[in-house]
Amino acid sequence: MVTVTILLIAAACALPFVLKGYHTFQATLVLIYAIALLGLNLLTGYNGQISLGHGAFYAMGAYAAAILMDRAGVPYWATIPLAGAVCLVVGFLFGLPALRLEGLYLALATFALAVSMPPILKAHFLEKWTGGVQGIVIMKPEPPAWLAATGIKLNADQWLYFFALAVAIVLFIVAWNLVVGRVGRALVAIRDHHIAAEAMGINTALYKSLAFGISAMYTGIAGALGAIAVQFVAPDSFTVFLSITLLVGIVVGGLASLSGALYGALFIQFVPNIADELSKAAPWAVFGVFLIGFVYLMPTGAAGAVRALTTRLRGVKLSTPKEDIP
Amino acid sequence: MEAVLLQFLAGLATGSIYASLALALVMIYQATHLVNFAQGEMAMFATYIAWALINAGMPYWAAFLLTVAFAFVFGVLIERVVIRPVENAPVLAVVAVFIGLLVILNSIAGWIFTYTIKSFPSPFPAALGIRYMSPHQVGALLVTLAVLALLYVFFRFTPLGLAMRAAAQNPVSSRLVGIRVGWMLALGWGLAAAVGAIAGMMVAPIVYLDPNMMAGILLYAFAAALLGGIDSPGGAVVGGLLVGVLENLLGAFVIGNELKLVVALVLIVGVLLVRPSGFFGSVHVSRV
Repeated sequence: MVTVTILLIAAACALPFVLKGYHTFQATLVLIYAIALLGLNLLTGYNGQISLGHGAFYAMGAYAAAILMDRAGVPYWATIPLAGAVCLVVGFLFGLPALRLEGLYLALATFALAVSMPPILKAHFLEKWTGGVQGIVIMKPEPPAWLAATGIKLNADQWLYFFALAVAIVLFIVAWNLVVGRVGRALVAIRDHHIAAEAMGINTALYKSLAFGISAMYTGIAGALGAIAVQFVAPDSFTVFLSITLLVGIVVGGLASLSGALYGALFIQFVPNIADELSKAAPWAVFGVFLIGFVYLMPTGAAGAVRALTTRLRGVKLSTPKEDIP
Repeated sequence: MEAVLLQFLAGLATGSIYASLALALVMIYQATHLVNFAQGEMAMFATYIAWALINAGMPYWAAFLLTVAFAFVFGVLIERVVIRPVENAPVLAVVAVFIGLLVILNSIAGWIFTYTIKSFPSPFPAALGIRYMSPHQVGALLVTLAVLALLYVFFRFTPLGLAMRAAAQNPVSSRLVGIRVGWMLALGWGLAAAVGAIAGMMVAPIVYLDPNMMAGILLYAFAAALLGGIDSPGGAVVGGLLVGVLENLLGAFVIGNELKLVVALVLIVGVLLVRPSGFFGSVHVSRV
């Protein structure tokens, strides 16, 4: 497991030197989606709270970063923790009423949040900050001067990729620590049987709203990175379909699995590109078919399939020596 | 004062459309305890069929009836093919299937009919208009009320309606007395889809026809269904009218048209928090 992770990180570091400009940008987007999916998976996969509105938190993170950079002149790297903090607070607050909503009703409320996000962003009284329908254009960050001083030459795309990679690695480590420990067990216990969890002394209200907050923080950070990478935010990039894309990502990648976030991100970044050649509508049809198909046929997602495959391969390896014994 | 009355009546007209979509949601909820996120897109798809039929030269009301029949069959098929396998699955799986359905219908409509916005004819003669309401508003209100009356008569006075209600209320006992519960659920889906199709055809002349036209309408219908109580058909109607009026009055005089959708969000979250059973719904008690 550790070797695989190290190999993966090494490969990820080598990637921007192999890829051309636009592909580096795409790889950056994969990392950003992976962070967003990680956030949604903490909430929906591990804690069992269904959110159809995480696109709204992505939008909040993106707007927080854009407004801070454009209106307040905050450097791009400093907007990441700030956007995360904003979404943590908003997510936690949204999580408080969400405590009373279970399953379907939470899905409904978050769906409503996702649908009404673009009109809120377009609203006149916010136009001073959000730029209304026009949105905000932000500057592409340049690689810092100290990097050039050490003799490493990176272009803006490559630098952004490494920046996103660093954020992603930190967030994955945090999520891993969260999931394998006490908190993770509490989250899963609440998902599987919240009354039993409460009887065991878990403060379900606190953990559920905290899960909401942390999940929103992850997705908000992804949104902030996304805004910096795309250099543009506008209300119509954050429709309900963004939330649906994230749902597709966690179902296809694998619920309640950290590596699933990466598979899901690869899926939602590259599959639409391929399907796009067929028709403008095709990516969504493909998303829909995959969503239903995975629910029917592979409920553990790509991560579950990989897990099953590796255990099977290992099983074969273990059993071969036995057959050699006469 | 006149402006308020005007907005109030316009709200009643759109509210009646929300009411019929909310009713479709309630019918499916009663039968299966699921909220159909794809209800709006099913209605949108049916409306496109109507548009294609009318464009092919069919008279409006013939196209209307044919579309309702098509929607009914389509709804039954969706229940039998797509929903049945996840009947007892966890909520997340069901929600994912509904969302998948929503996305597929949306993209197929975009694929076949393109994303350009189309106008949809209104069948009502100008003579129907009264001083404060356009002919279409009066017509939509009348059609919706007729649909509601028909549904009431169907569920209240026919053996099939009784069987469907029984199947929704107590599947096990219904099966014991010989009702085919599975088919009753499918019929419920068919009826809901047909009602949704009528709502789609009534709202299309107002919001214009495009694959994303129902997203907002569905949200109002959710709000309406929750406000009236998600398991109460009468409540859905009252909720729909209330939401329509509230949306129009607030939009015109308080928060402006662009934030109308937020009214739905606030209503949905508010009702779920303050009174999850709505005005007329039954209070849900679960044993632990």
